[in-house]
Amino acid sequence: MSSSILVRLRQGRRTTKYPKGAVPALPARFRGLPQFDLALCAPDCAACAEACPTEAITLGPDPSLDLGRCLFCPDCTRACPTGALTFGADHRLATRRREDLVLPAVSPDTGTTGTLRRAEALGAELRRLLGRSLKLRQVSAGGCNGCELDTNVLTTIGWDLGRFGIQFVASPRHADGILVTGAISENMRVALLKTWEAVPAPKIVVAVGACAISGGPFRGHQEVLGGLPGLPDHAASDPAGGREYPLLAAAATPGGARPDPAPFRSGAESIPAALPIDLYVPGCPPHPLTILDGLLRLLGRLQER
Amino acid sequence: MTDEPLLVENGEAIAVADVPLLGADAFRAFLLSGIAGGSRVAALFAHPRETATPSKAATEIWVVLAEAETASLAFARRSVEGGSFPSLTPACPQVHLFEREIAEETGLVPEGHPWLKPVRFPGTGGAAGPVGVMDFYTIEGEAGHEVAVGPVHAGVIEPGHFRFQCHGEVVQHLEISLGYQHRGIERNLVEGAPTRIMHYVETLAGDSSIGHATAHCHALEGLARVHAPAKAQFLRAIALELERLANHVGDLGALAGDVGYLPTASFCGRLRGDYLNMTALICGNRFGRGLVRPGGVVFDVDEAMCAELLARLTVAERETREAIGLLWDSHTVMSRFTDTGKVNAETARIIGLVGPAARASGLSADVRTDFPKGAYRYSHVPVSTWETGDVFARAYVRWLEIQQSLRFLRDELRELPGGAVVGQPGPLLPDHIVASLVEGWRGEICHVLRTDGAGRVVRHKVVDPSFHNWFGLALALRGEQISDFPLCNKSFNLSYAGFDL
Repeated sequence: MSSSILVRLRQGRRTTKYPKGAVPALPARFRGLPQFDLALCAPDCAACAEACPTEAITLGPDPSLDLGRCLFCPDCTRACPTGALTFGADHRLATRRREDLVLPAVSPDTGTTGTLRRAEALGAELRRLLGRSLKLRQVSAGGCNGCELDTNVLTTIGWDLGRFGIQFVASPRHADGILVTGAISENMRVALLKTWEAVPAPKIVVAVGACAISGGPFRGHQEVLGGLPGLPDHAASDPAGGREYPLLAAAATPGGARPDPAPFRSGAESIPAALPIDLYVPGCPPHPLTILDGLLRLLGRLQER
Repeated sequence: MTDEPLLVENGEAIAVADVPLLGADAFRAFLLSGIAGGSRVAALFAHPRETATPSKAATEIWVVLAEAETASLAFARRSVEGGSFPSLTPACPQVHLFEREIAEETGLVPEGHPWLKPVRFPGTGGAAGPVGVMDFYTIEGEAGHEVAVGPVHAGVIEPGHFRFQCHGEVVQHLEISLGYQHRGIERNLVEGAPTRIMHYVETLAGDSSIGHATAHCHALEGLARVHAPAKAQFLRAIALELERLANHVGDLGALAGDVGYLPTASFCGRLRGDYLNMTALICGNRFGRGLVRPGGVVFDVDEAMCAELLARLTVAERETREAIGLLWDSHTVMSRFTDTGKVNAETARIIGLVGPAARASGLSADVRTDFPKGAYRYSHVPVSTWETGDVFARAYVRWLEIQQSLRFLRDELRELPGGAVVGQPGPLLPDHIVASLVEGWRGEICHVLRTDGAGRVVRHKVVDPSFHNWFGLALALRGEQISDFPLCNKSFNLSYAGFDL
């Protein structure tokens, strides 16, 4: 007992003072928000796009980089012969909308990288309900466990997620939403939907990692659905336009009629065209600071930065 | 071709034609005599056999035996015509899951397999039905009951389904049904975009990115008959030991948490991050993604960074010693760890356990010593074992290994070789096969790659240590209470993603 108290004293207080204090230091080689300098691009060079494992880079008249697909790997920067594409140190990557993750590259006349529209806070009503107490059920569905590990890190004393009122709970019945990782394997589809269904409305959905957003490295595999829907290519192939799925009626109208649960059980349908995703946190996996940044922004606790 | 099994080194490629094609009886005798002589099955898999006449299409079953005594791998194969082959599981239980995998992937039936259940429920084209629906082992009788858990678990962890067959409070048997993380990696390693290969390898099991990437790169370098530069080999080993430290320290914290001992749980939860951040210092990513590539490593480490790593290690080592030392001095922890979830040495050997779980049952098996490759040829890491096979042993072996890894890092960071870190892998030899073993933090990682006549990889078999060890967890639970499952589970801490592929 006495030794545990001595060790406790020596280990000290280790919870980061962020967000009141300084942002925790990230390593010099950390790969955050990408930076473009199109002026450096050699004519007709497509080395970065060809090297990209997830087709995240679009060249042509409106060059862009889709952070929702990006694995933040060094393949593109290594392939680039002129240093036109680099990764910056900015960890603030989360957005509220899928399309906001498509980062415009520099226009040759301004010489600056397009700005990322970082996540805005939830609406006033949801913020009133969840802003100081957000309970999340985590659903791991067809990834590598990297995102789960660096999400879990937020619950350690270094980050102490509980001080923001954010907590991971054991049952969807206790939850205000789900935090999803993985490319949504066929084998997890039903379990994911049942979990979502079991969360009482109103509820939110947080997609963490390239897999949950776009399928990550597994996009296009027949074994996975390519991440949570809501992507433009998913919506385009969905006649209902993505958001009108009857199963989500209860979520859209708090206290509304409970939807017919039958489609969850048959196993024959595809995932509802779009669970209404409230937050996208890109990365492979995202740094814990990036996940925390996204969650705090969603709750309106980081608006100024 | 001879009928003598060919012995090669870890990561040494051989011509497919030189691998003996044995008859069914000789294949069986080869495998059984190897096991009797102390070898382990590192890989057993089926691959279509190329024939001039497609109507004569057949399947070959390949085996790679790991023979620690001679530090060599032995290859053999047999041909299967028709829809079945005699199961070797009754005589050699450690192949039970390999044979189930073959059955699921090819439809070939291992005749006489005691319980031919699905493995991953691949869903498309396989015989398996919906995930989790299978012929579970059950018990019957008064006071017999079953408790089902998952696939969605209570914590922030991967999905899997567990069924406890209980009599009263006592677990008679645990059935483990996985496949929920199945994302088709093995097939896409061969058929998918070449730009994705390293990313598939790094996400086979996300906490073992360095281990899998190193095993894969050793295999490619073996097929190209090249070596990574010396400095790259040491940087791979440094990253591998940092990976081991992060996970072992994290596991000991989690084990403390599972018995309600919060000081060590809190300290180790943070310290795990310190080790991950050292990996991030080297390559920008906490899991080592983007560091290991065919031919070498992508990021160099200069003297200043070595000094920084050594300074951080000094602090982390002191704090790790203190945090973990509390466990062994706490009688409440020790009483919960001791005699819980026992797997004896004989059982561990028969079912083919690997890694810390095997060493905690008294087996001296460690790829770094038995089949040294890369930096481990020059810097020996002693094997850490314990005899009792319980949760305590699996915890204590981790602590012993933590100390060895720290020593290795201190030594190597002080004497890092100079020179380049990036080499060129070069073209792969045609019609060759290679098996590459790496001691990941969970145990033996095995990648087997085979090329065709044009030097293209046509088969990439991955065996994550979890594939060997999940059955060990099932056996550890026998005679325990369900309430000890989290503790036993964490003492193995197996990968779902690495099993499901």
